[in-house]
Amino acid sequence: MDDLGYLKVTASQTAGPYVHIGLAPGAAGFDIYERELGWDIAGPNAQGKRINVTGRVIDGTGSPVKDVLLEVWQANAAGHFAHPDGGGEVEDGFRGWGRVISDFESGEWRLETVKPGPCPGRGGTIQAPHLSLWIVARGINVGLQTRMYFEDEAEANANDPVLNMIEWENRRATLLATRVAEGEYRFDIRLQGDGETVFFDV
Amino acid sequence: MSKTAEFHQRDTGRHPPALTPTYKTSVARSPRFALISLDQSVAEMTGPTFGHSDLDAGDNDLLNNYAKPGENPIGERIILHGRVLDENARPVPNTLVEIWQANAGGRYRHRNDRYLAPIDPNFGGCGRALTDDQGYYHFRTVKPGAYPWRNRVNDWRPAHVHFSVFGTAFCQRLITQCYFEGDPLIPLCPIIQTIPDDDAVDGLVAKLDMNATIPLDTIAYRFDIVLRGRRATLFENRMEGT
Repeated sequence: MDDLGYLKVTASQTAGPYVHIGLAPGAAGFDIYERELGWDIAGPNAQGKRINVTGRVIDGTGSPVKDVLLEVWQANAAGHFAHPDGGGEVEDGFRGWGRVISDFESGEWRLETVKPGPCPGRGGTIQAPHLSLWIVARGINVGLQTRMYFEDEAEANANDPVLNMIEWENRRATLLATRVAEGEYRFDIRLQGDGETVFFDV
Repeated sequence: MSKTAEFHQRDTGRHPPALTPTYKTSVARSPRFALISLDQSVAEMTGPTFGHSDLDAGDNDLLNNYAKPGENPIGERIILHGRVLDENARPVPNTLVEIWQANAGGRYRHRNDRYLAPIDPNFGGCGRALTDDQGYYHFRTVKPGAYPWRNRVNDWRPAHVHFSVFGTAFCQRLITQCYFEGDPLIPLCPIIQTIPDDDAVDGLVAKLDMNATIPLDTIAYRFDIVLRGRRATLFENRMEGT
């Protein structure tokens, strides 16, 4: 079966209950690195609007997942990603990538960044401003990919090729963050049950 | 040109499904609806990049990175090394590999771990490295111990090291676990049993590598990692970026 010279992918496994030891040891209660990664998503020079997003990941029993780790990947305000194929220049210090850890007691997480701009989609389309999210925790066998859009971008969202691809219109709302104050958004992710968040096979 | 080509579709025959009831925690943490298939765009085909300024020189040496000066962690000293490749057998250079693990007694340095085995004052349990230009990485550490866990009443995790790997795109992001050749607990573990394919399980087992062993010092295991590959050719009937 391997005549063509392709290799078989390495299987995913759960990040387990102690993912913070490896990926955010400061949160696990010990300092080991001079620089932990993923704490500053946008950096000091990023243009655009500063925003905060607060949320929880909720399991099928309705309980917050208190040992979850999320990673964020986003464009800058001009719609460029910090990558050689990312569409253009980004500000010095703009990484567009972050790690967010839920509070061990409440399950709440919070991220601080800038609001991304629209970026190109497939076939000449424009994608609405969004954050790509990757979610791992104990009990999640393969990291879950989803997106967070902004409810106050109604026009852009109406033309977004990814939102429009979701056949069940009532499920599109699971990807919209609620604006609770100026620059403050709320986004809860439901792994299962009523209002289950849309997850993607990318 | 080929950099804009999308990635091969996910090989679901090798990955565990979301819902695996014998691994009980998955029951309430697995989506019930099917994942929605997404055409990859710039958001999925790019990902964070890392450089040597992100790491310190000793970050890949778990024998030293938390030990007091002149002291060492307890346990079997091992080199854990290998190569990160993609499905097209191309090396993935300059990518971040992060690991975490229990100590030689099977105890994690984490507030929620209350196993009887003692914390090792000279062992933190995490490290990180960048692959070199041929995709090779290496760590020094101690072989972790097995430990019991609350799934069924007498489940034990085989010795394992958690691996987190980035690749070049957000859609390649992978967390997995590396086990050790010859461990009799491997076939009994409910988390390993979530994987539907025996060959995929074998791919998570690091092999004893006597050639990389340092005599009278450190024994070596090799663990290669394969990430999703990009389609090799951009066909001419499809314009770049469409």
